[in-house]
Amino acid sequence: MRALCWNGVNDLRVETVPDPQILNDHDVILRIRLSTACGSDLHLVGGYVPFARSGDVLGHEFLGEVVEVGSAVRRHRVGDRVVVNSFIACGSCWYCTQQEYTLCDNSNPNPGITETTWGQSIGGCFGYTHATGGFAGSHAEYVRVPFADVGAFPVPEGLSDTAALFASDAAPTGWMGAELGGVRPGDVVAVWGAGGVGQMAARAAILLGAERVVVIDRLPERLGQARDRIGADVLDYTATDVVGELRELSGGRGPDVCIEAVGMEAHTPGLQHAYDKVKQQLFLQTDRPSAVREAVMACRKGGSVFVLGVFAALVDKFPLGAVMNKGLTLRGAQQHGQRWTPMLLERIAAGELPTEHLATHVMPLEQAPEGFRLFKEKEDGCVRAVFDPSR
Amino acid sequence: MKRSVLASIALAGAGAGAGAAVARRFRAGAEAGAGALRWHVVTVLRAPEEVLVDGTPPQPLADLGDAVEVRVQPAPGDRGTELAVRMRPSAPPPRDGQDPRRVLRTALRESKQLLEAGSVLRVDPRPAGRRKATPTGALLDAVVRRAPGEGAL
Repeated sequence: MRALCWNGVNDLRVETVPDPQILNDHDVILRIRLSTACGSDLHLVGGYVPFARSGDVLGHEFLGEVVEVGSAVRRHRVGDRVVVNSFIACGSCWYCTQQEYTLCDNSNPNPGITETTWGQSIGGCFGYTHATGGFAGSHAEYVRVPFADVGAFPVPEGLSDTAALFASDAAPTGWMGAELGGVRPGDVVAVWGAGGVGQMAARAAILLGAERVVVIDRLPERLGQARDRIGADVLDYTATDVVGELRELSGGRGPDVCIEAVGMEAHTPGLQHAYDKVKQQLFLQTDRPSAVREAVMACRKGGSVFVLGVFAALVDKFPLGAVMNKGLTLRGAQQHGQRWTPMLLERIAAGELPTEHLATHVMPLEQAPEGFRLFKEKEDGCVRAVFDPSR
Repeated sequence: MKRSVLASIALAGAGAGAGAAVARRFRAGAEAGAGALRWHVVTVLRAPEEVLVDGTPPQPLADLGDAVEVRVQPAPGDRGTELAVRMRPSAPPPRDGQDPRRVLRTALRESKQLLEAGSVLRVDPRPAGRRKATPTGALLDAVVRRAPGEGAL
């Protein structure tokens, strides 16, 4: 089959690779209908997430048609159209029973890497380096889905592939930030990042009853989507003092919930960005945390900061004093999508959660390297590059 | 030299640095063989009688025979059973020269998977493109080979 392979830093190629096989009874094989580039793929492509090996097939946000089922699969049949969560979960361990699916004890065949890096191992993930299991990803014609009864969900009839695709990752990630961040009716919520995940977090906050939601970014086309499609207020961080503006928009209190949807390659104007880039390139920190720093400083006393953006390991100049003295709750997670995807598919079908507009560039799989270039450089208004192997 | 090439070299260096750090930790673990004498424990979301059936532990631990001691006790908070294993001081070292702790960790993790998920999750063979022969690639391959038996467990 054809698949998008990582060949080194910023070197992506579509290659012919072996087809996936059923390896465990709970597997299914999917024929990919759509697979989208995610912002977290860019960290991997750019070499910021170690443990990628040349030849790895990328991709973790996808939708497809079941073409083969393992003998223990009960919920899916050949021909089903399903959307699949990016993290793999067994459904049987204690973490899965607590609906913290990305913390699954049994889905990462390489637990030694993340136990050594972070103290505990997390679950496996499609197409996201050997630290999360080394599973082949979805930017391909076919993908193997382990524990398919747990992580694959039927797409309601009448819902387009393009709309349902984002129930795989962006929508549940955003929903998690708002729900586990503790958004309540009447809250003011600020979201850093107007990409797919940030927009989904903003819409989730609105659906959970937030009085005002403010999305922060610098790219006009993304801010336009957040304002016009999602219904949020927007701020261009290159044109204003974000912390001051948020204070003004929240009656002088600061936002009740601050959701960071940017991750380890954050940009910010001025000296802070130069400082972070130099420290990152000298290996004195692995991640650039400027959006998290700003979220901590902006948040109201006793408020909540949720980190949705992907971080690898270590950051510098983190305002821990503000976290402690302001009584903040700081929380983060990879997305426990299995918990929310069925509900989100219903909301997408009901028109409550717009997603289709995120797919600004739908293209053949063969053009995936160019799609990633557009996505990385934010050219041509690219919010998400989506790959269709049938084209 | 182009800026992007310089950036690539720097970032490849960062990746190699992180990989090397994990490899160092793995190697340090291998040298601390005496650690196999402590108890290594996982919590399994199953009742004690399902974990130790008629006094016999799951197959991956049973396969270690008399070289190990196994014990179980109920976990607090309805979390199932704590399954612990350690090498007997009199046990000979593994025949293939492996660090005994890696043997214990792998057996414990596989036992937990069998009890909770019904099978040990496989990942090979997997679709992949050309694996270039590079120093960082070789380092990562070595880390991945040892990863199932390494970690904090």
